[in-house]
Amino acid sequence: MDTNSLIHAEHLYRYYGDHCAVKAVSFELSKGEVLGFLGPNGAGKSTTMQMLTGNLAPSAGSVQVSGIDLLDNPTSAKRQLGYLPEQPPLYRDLTVDEYLTYCARLHRVAGRYIKEAVQRAKGRCGLEPEGRRLIGNLSKGYQQRVGIAQAILHNPSVVILDEPTVGLDPIQIREIRALIRELGQEHGIILSTHILPEVQGTCTHVQIINQGQLVFADSIEGLEAHLHSQHLIVVFRNPPAINEVQALPGIADVEPLGENRLRLKYSGENPAAAVAEQAVTRGWGLLELVPERRTLEQIFIELTCQDVPATSATGEAA
Amino acid sequence: MIGTIAAREFKALFLSPMAWSILAVVQLIMAYLFLAQLDTYMQLAPRLAGIAGAPGVTDLVVAPVFGNAAVILLLIAPLITMRVLSEERRARTLSLLLSAPVSMTEIVIGKYLGVLAFFLVLLVMLVLMPLALLVGADLDLGKLAGGLLGLSLLLGAFAAAGLFMSSLTEQPTVAAVSSFGLLLLLWIVDWAGSSGTEGSGVLAYLSMLRHFESLLKGVFDSADVAYYGLFIFTFLVLTIQRMDRDRLPH
Repeated sequence: MDTNSLIHAEHLYRYYGDHCAVKAVSFELSKGEVLGFLGPNGAGKSTTMQMLTGNLAPSAGSVQVSGIDLLDNPTSAKRQLGYLPEQPPLYRDLTVDEYLTYCARLHRVAGRYIKEAVQRAKGRCGLEPEGRRLIGNLSKGYQQRVGIAQAILHNPSVVILDEPTVGLDPIQIREIRALIRELGQEHGIILSTHILPEVQGTCTHVQIINQGQLVFADSIEGLEAHLHSQHLIVVFRNPPAINEVQALPGIADVEPLGENRLRLKYSGENPAAAVAEQAVTRGWGLLELVPERRTLEQIFIELTCQDVPATSATGEAA
Repeated sequence: MIGTIAAREFKALFLSPMAWSILAVVQLIMAYLFLAQLDTYMQLAPRLAGIAGAPGVTDLVVAPVFGNAAVILLLIAPLITMRVLSEERRARTLSLLLSAPVSMTEIVIGKYLGVLAFFLVLLVMLVLMPLALLVGADLDLGKLAGGLLGLSLLLGAFAAAGLFMSSLTEQPTVAAVSSFGLLLLLWIVDWAGSSGTEGSGVLAYLSMLRHFESLLKGVFDSADVAYYGLFIFTFLVLTIQRMDRDRLPH
């Protein structure tokens, strides 16, 4: 196993009664990675995260945190973890300072470092002026920040955030994303979200889970490659017959989209130059020639809206 | 780590007006009972003075006061224990403890000790009243200690049973009602025993009242102490099991 591996999850299963919420999920997280966890509601994101943090025991499979088995040795494995659940676990009757101090003690931060740790976490989450306020009186966004502060307080090597930007305003979302990117440099981070651009903005790796199974796992670069679909969209003033276009070198398939618009599927080299050349010489009257780019949303919907999960998608996550 | 959780639990009780009002109400009622008992004793004292081996102030004031205290605490204890675990569930704060490097045993014992610390405060305030008699009367300190031990063990048992009931539900009120029911049942279970039918011995043994009464009389029987020890141990183990069951697949 990779020595840099912070999380090594293998064949995780979780049943609720007869219902299988998570099926054979395996992945790996290394230092410096920000892993975005996507999936529709009820796909098993939160269940997986709860298993990674020891809040739920898996029905089968194993989790290792920095090489320590979470099931055999939960106490030392959990010291490496910071977790923000979907609903931040806040005691409303404590002040921010009291709460964070308690969390530091729970995470066995040595007594003389507690104050420093609390200050640092507050600073990172923009909570300095709120230290003496009761958590119950803070706005939702600030409560969320306290939740994040709690997760990074003890400087864990892995930070797991379940929908960290829910309920925040756009400015706070930007700040939290910046914080996540910053944290991602020295820690390993797993975050789940519904907001797709958030993944492209903050993560280095993406995983999509659907009906308890991983249907897509790749790095952001790999995802970019997926986004460049092998398609060109062309519009001609005098459209030629379809088989004429199909006969062009490199074109695998032609799909008419109406209003003189065609989608050309190609394989191998991008044939845009050849298409343009032919269009000019044969007088088709080329109006548009655009490489089609799929959005993450399309991939997401493609992967999660079909009944049979794609098998080709379990790419290398490292 | 147990200490951290216990301290948090103890402080949390005092963050709400609940703990303060319970302390105040219990103290008020107990003071009234104490003074009433003292009054009765004052009326009896001249007549008792002539009799050799007559019951003293400890038997006539301290023991009945402690006996009454037990019943009042039985009413009060579920109110203190009801929210200990159920509230954490309801507010979803349990995951903070579950993802921290602490075991379930540490969590449960920490919570238990926190509640126990509160009961100890209650007990100290109660015992101040009989101790005030030391100024003008001779107390049998052995019997006083026996009663105090009985009351502490009883409160330990109340706390353990209440904690278990609190682990069963998300609703603090449900936890309070069910732990009150359980405690009351265990208190009066020996009423069936007095009819002398078969199996009544077992019921009498199960009764919390019986074991408390003998300690109150100043009889230290290790069987009574063992009863409470087992009671507390059983309910703590059940609580840990119950809390772990949420985590484990089923």
